[in-house]
Amino acid sequence: MSMFDIFKVSSSALNAQSQRLNTVASNLANADSATSATGEPYRAKQVVFSATPVDESGATGVQVAGVIDDPSPMKTVYDPRHPLADENGNVTMPNVNVVEEMVNMISASRSYQSNVEVMNTAKTLLLKTLTLGQ
Amino acid sequence: MANSLDDLFRFHQQALSLRSERQQVLASNIANADTPNYKARDFDFAAALREATAGGAATASPLKTTSAGHMNGAPSMERTASGQELKYRSVQQGSVDGNSVDMDTERAQFTDNAVHYQTSLTVLSHEIKMMLAAIQG
Repeated sequence: MSMFDIFKVSSSALNAQSQRLNTVASNLANADSATSATGEPYRAKQVVFSATPVDESGATGVQVAGVIDDPSPMKTVYDPRHPLADENGNVTMPNVNVVEEMVNMISASRSYQSNVEVMNTAKTLLLKTLTLGQ
Repeated sequence: MANSLDDLFRFHQQALSLRSERQQVLASNIANADTPNYKARDFDFAAALREATAGGAATASPLKTTSAGHMNGAPSMERTASGQELKYRSVQQGSVDGNSVDMDTERAQFTDNAVHYQTSLTVLSHEIKMMLAAIQG
């Protein structure tokens, strides 16, 4: 039944988008974390989406192919009173771009909403099909 | 008699199964709206229905394979479960990540398809009621 595959497709998208929202939350929370368990400043994380068949029916869902460290350069802030400042008074801060993260957040939440709507429509159609002939 | 009942219901039955298949293809497009290099897919509903109701072989029977390396013609990202050939949607506004999903088009098509599905369902329901009335008098 191909209509049931819509739930698989959309829920894979919901999973992927919520994971994206999670990384946004973690990036924003750590936008000023100058150090971490490894002693290095926090590096922004980005999710990589990839299209994947959910089963043999040809329906294409989304999966998170991986979470990568953002390769953009770290920020350097001049703050000689900071405990982690080097001999020149510079502190290396996380490479989190707050504007980019906010845009990512809005995009993720809109996509999430769209997929919830898709699921709702599929549910309505299936329920209507069940009343056929009554 | 059973045969003519089948004939009566066949058109909308075919239409419904094609509509539900198309709904799934459009759901895949919406799900992959943020996937880099994903290309929006769709199939020609009118042509598919014409083929299916003309009694033509719209359904692809699986090819016989005698070696592991043979392609079996099973549903893949190129074809739907019943063998409809998936085409690429022409790009309205390209994006840098190679994704060709236009959310407006997809959602419009999705809603359009859902309404048509419900229409077919309603008409089929009325046909069933009509036949029941004929049987029960």
